[in-house]
Amino acid sequence: MFRLEARTSTPAWFNLALPLLAIAATLVLCSGLIAIAGAGVVDAYGVMLSASLGDSYAITETLVRAAPMIFTGLAVAIAFRAKFWNIGAEGQLLAGAVASCFVGAIPMPGYLAMLLMALAGAAAGALVALVPATLRVKFKVDDVVSSLLLNSVIYYALMALIEGPWKDSFSGYPISPPIEDSANFPVLMEGTRLHLGVIVALIAAPLCWFLIARTTLGFRIRVTGENPEAARYGGINVQRVLLSTALLSGALAGLAGVGEVGGVHFQVMSDISPGYGYSGIVVAMLARLNPLGVVPAAIFLAAVMTGAEAMSRATGVPAFLSDVIQGTALLAMLVALLFTAYRIRRVGAPA
Amino acid sequence: MSAVFEQIFQVGFLAAIIRIATPLAFATLGEMFSERAGVLNLGIEGIMLLCAMAGFTAASLSGSLWLGVLVAVLTGALMGALHALFTVALGLSQHVCGIGVTLFSSGLAYFLYRLIFGQQSVPPSIDGFKPVPIPLLSDIPVLGPAVFNQFTLVYLAIVAVPLAAFVLYRTPWGLSVRMVGENPRAADSAGVSVIATRFQAVILGGALMGLAGAFLTMAQFNAFTFGVVSGRGWVAIALVVFGRWDPWRSAGAALLFAFVDALQLRMQASGLGHIPYEAFLMLPFIFTIVAMAFMSRNAVAPSALLKPFRREER
Repeated sequence: MFRLEARTSTPAWFNLALPLLAIAATLVLCSGLIAIAGAGVVDAYGVMLSASLGDSYAITETLVRAAPMIFTGLAVAIAFRAKFWNIGAEGQLLAGAVASCFVGAIPMPGYLAMLLMALAGAAAGALVALVPATLRVKFKVDDVVSSLLLNSVIYYALMALIEGPWKDSFSGYPISPPIEDSANFPVLMEGTRLHLGVIVALIAAPLCWFLIARTTLGFRIRVTGENPEAARYGGINVQRVLLSTALLSGALAGLAGVGEVGGVHFQVMSDISPGYGYSGIVVAMLARLNPLGVVPAAIFLAAVMTGAEAMSRATGVPAFLSDVIQGTALLAMLVALLFTAYRIRRVGAPA
Repeated sequence: MSAVFEQIFQVGFLAAIIRIATPLAFATLGEMFSERAGVLNLGIEGIMLLCAMAGFTAASLSGSLWLGVLVAVLTGALMGALHALFTVALGLSQHVCGIGVTLFSSGLAYFLYRLIFGQQSVPPSIDGFKPVPIPLLSDIPVLGPAVFNQFTLVYLAIVAVPLAAFVLYRTPWGLSVRMVGENPRAADSAGVSVIATRFQAVILGGALMGLAGAFLTMAQFNAFTFGVVSGRGWVAIALVVFGRWDPWRSAGAALLFAFVDALQLRMQASGLGHIPYEAFLMLPFIFTIVAMAFMSRNAVAPSALLKPFRREER
């Protein structure tokens, strides 16, 4: 006989084991779809793996794709730590992209331009995130709903920009004018798209970890999330912590947009983000809201996305498999997290 | 602007409001049942998309629109059961599970649609539902042609509102739903199965979301596109708050939103200057956010919303 019993503490290796368990379960579940599409499961996953991590060029492509999800993953992880339900990373990313594109189009020395792009993008993201946080603090509006609705507002605002004032009058394409060449982020490896922003993303993760784990603000964020009553009792201004968290979270999501403009597209178009903001939620949950875990989690999702496109070309299985994998991984991770609350114990057979 | 206002009481404008409100009414009622039982269903956006796809596909392959509706409803119920499995049976975070269900359902909708229909430059369409005039009633001036010369699904939505109110307030099951949403401990003591009731409410909610999805692809657009839902699910969640978790008020909220949406469509069409139409598309969403700011202070959500029920916990 087996029985579930409550668990009081969880061993450290769970942080690694649970995401791996969730990912394994996800790949097994999604293999059904590959089979339905008429392809060999091993072949399809094989192509995905080799196309995303098989050689150094593939690895750089995966890292380039991981960078925005590291930022949105950090944005979500920090917000969720405070139980600020920021589902608006997508809109904050788009706002960051638009702001940095504005700045990047102004002629000025390259490094100054990059710095100002980052500042403008972070500020734009932070401002957008401040809306749901303020609405929650002042008007008790549910932050989930307002941040989701705001994503639509920002998206249509971006579309109105590129269909209106920004529209390419020569070609008629709905794309913004490109940023100055000097503002393009430097490429770190000849012949690849690996740009400065990827390194910044990789550095941002340990910085966020330090902030959460070792600073006063980080402590306040954690206490506010874990027990707002205790936080209030301990003299923490919970509302102010929520607003600070929103600014920080939005700024990180905004930086995701900056990297896409400065390092990948050099302009803004309607599909500048294939849902990186929503993927950030998956990344943050796989990382168990730990900023250090965000990096491997983002690289995993990036590998799935890069790999899915190659798999689609090779086997004909629709590349949307990567979207199904993301959703399944999130749900599988939530189920796996049950093991942190419960353990399965063997109970002696009745005599 | 006066030209815009002149158009308001035209038959076409009223009919447009009714048509825009119909999927929102189904979705809002669905979300309301789920939340009244204590379960927030953020899966709504993805569930609507998957149901829109499933219904369209079934209708397209079988040639029967009503079979399409049935498939959409069953798909919605199934996804509701999935959400309930995670949030009710396993007691996982309703916020994150809902997002997970949305990501999963949307991904599955994209995947299956591409698998079945392939990549086509023009999305395949179907011969969708046709308006069915109701004798006598459709002869009433203005109101008749706008309200009583509509799709059968519209009439179903109009009937669904009082029916939902009746079920929620006048039947034993409705009482159980409200009890498990307000005070599950008391409901449990009174012999009501909290888990079963919540499952039923979330499944019913999913089925209604399925009707919403079916309306989009089989009456409103007669085709499936990846953006066919485009935030309507999120709007429905806001409308539930705006409608204070009441069927009548929720339906009223859906009509109000539909009015704003129809208005911005008219503004697009009237071509106010050279403003890109996307600027108008923002308006209903901004309106919803502002409306929530005004309404949320006094809004009282079901007490047990977001709280999983475990019998052994005291």
